[in-house]
Amino acid sequence: MSGAVEVEGLTKIFKVPEREAGLRASLGSLVNRKWREVRAVDGISFRIDAGEVVGFLGPNGAGKTTTLKMLAGLLYPTGGEGRVLGHVPSKREREYLRRMTLVMGNRNQLQWDLPALDSYELNRAIYRLPRDGFASTRDELIELLDVGDLVRKPVRQLSLGERMKVEVVGSLLHLPQVLFLDEPTIGLDVTMQKRIRTFVAEYNARYGATVLLTSHYMADVEALCERVIVIHHGRILYDGRLSALGERFASYKTIEAVLADGERVRLQVPKEQTSQATAKLLAEHEVQDLTVEDPPIEDVIEQVFAFEAPPKT
Amino acid sequence: MNAEIVTRRESWARSTFDYYATTIRTQIQSQFQYRAATYMYMVALVVEPVIYLVVWTTIARSQGGSVQGIGVGQFAAYYVVWTLVRGWNVVFTPFGWEWRIREGELSASLLRPIHPIHYELAWWAGQKLVWFVMYAPVFVILILVFHPALDPRPIEIVVFVVAIWGAYVIRTLNNFILGMITIWTTRASAIFQLWFLSELLLSGRLLPLQLMPHWVQSLTSWLPFKWTFYFPIESLVGGMSTAELLRGVGFQALWTAICGLGMFASWRVATRHYSAVGN
Repeated sequence: MSGAVEVEGLTKIFKVPEREAGLRASLGSLVNRKWREVRAVDGISFRIDAGEVVGFLGPNGAGKTTTLKMLAGLLYPTGGEGRVLGHVPSKREREYLRRMTLVMGNRNQLQWDLPALDSYELNRAIYRLPRDGFASTRDELIELLDVGDLVRKPVRQLSLGERMKVEVVGSLLHLPQVLFLDEPTIGLDVTMQKRIRTFVAEYNARYGATVLLTSHYMADVEALCERVIVIHHGRILYDGRLSALGERFASYKTIEAVLADGERVRLQVPKEQTSQATAKLLAEHEVQDLTVEDPPIEDVIEQVFAFEAPPKT
Repeated sequence: MNAEIVTRRESWARSTFDYYATTIRTQIQSQFQYRAATYMYMVALVVEPVIYLVVWTTIARSQGGSVQGIGVGQFAAYYVVWTLVRGWNVVFTPFGWEWRIREGELSASLLRPIHPIHYELAWWAGQKLVWFVMYAPVFVILILVFHPALDPRPIEIVVFVVAIWGAYVIRTLNNFILGMITIWTTRASAIFQLWFLSELLLSGRLLPLQLMPHWVQSLTSWLPFKWTFYFPIESLVGGMSTAELLRGVGFQALWTAICGLGMFASWRVATRHYSAVGN
């Protein structure tokens, strides 16, 4: 099976003007403007099979959004190649744009003054969707996200979370086969986040869509992604199963024990000393209950970044 | 995914017509949300030609009733029709492109499987229809107040209707090309100002071109500006021959083609350079 998303040596270099603060530097920049090259994405390669849901993780400025923008055809790569559903995204072929979507958590693509239903109708015309199929898809998505009441109100009167939900429906009316989701739950409360997560999982299961998701909320990633790609300073640090991330990068484990007298003990020990520490605890104390856990995924991700080499500029 | 297969069967013309009709409908609904704002824009639009009209009619009266053969009634006709033409050739300003990029609107339009120029054309066409309905009473009042010498032939009315849409398309394409400069530099305002100053002087917006020196009139023949103001106005008020009217429409078509080619070529380069900053 060929990959739904195939990326080989993808690179994006931005040329940004640079100067010191102050009037003198400002005047100096008029005659001698200095530029700096920033390697936002630095020769990354990966492949995602059709129907996979992959988490794309990294700190701010790691290159996640730039990668998604290149794969969506918004940005022209400086080097390397990306292929999505067999298309080269930077060519922005209509056939490709009809088969993918990019949802960004902080962007509004709906008509501000009108109910979302009117924007959906506009999307029908943009994507050349036949009316019958469009109406049933729209109603199905509205039901899945439970936004029946919201789509009749002007978008400007919706809360951030409500707007995000109707936005997501609008982005999927053409039933894209590839979804690039950039922080789709940013700024939302826990209930809304959960709703969006459930929806993405349901959409993936129902339509077999491929999803590449960035999020700073690990709950999103843990709920949706078996596989994660970790990127930092434009380079991939890890590509594999989420569950294996802890095994490879976690430097410690947490041992939690309930002793016979009811006292709770919590120990953080280096990973390679876990069995020794457990044996010692059991030998020296009467233990009622004992659990050994990997550190939280947030801590593991921090460890991954700590392994990373300094950036190239 | 079934939907995608079916869409391929629809003809390009039919689906494009559907897109324009839907976008125009959506814009009409959107415009009705802001009726008060539309009237405010209308007042602002009428003030400019009324000032020109008062100045020129005053000069004409002081010179025995005309300036270079243009009488008071003709000035009134020129500037009253000016308001219609101006209302029609209002398009998205290139100054708005910075906002468009910052707010992610340009990125959103790049993700759609249709060239953004279609949205530009359709959206502002919808605005014209609402504007015209709301402007009609104001137009009647202007006629009653200023008594323009206006007695068009049927052919002039037909050409005028074609010409105001031609002016609209040429201005849309020009402003779209100008707006794209923002993709390279955020300091494009000076270029826009220069362009609009040239338009003000060379289009017939400030004054009828026959009042300009001959060399300026010759210069305007090589530029797109006069086809967006002067020609549509004169087609209704100027007593042009049928041949002149048709030649004018031909020139509008020529400029539409030139600006269209320029816009598509610039767009190809601009999208390669676009850095998708903002949302």
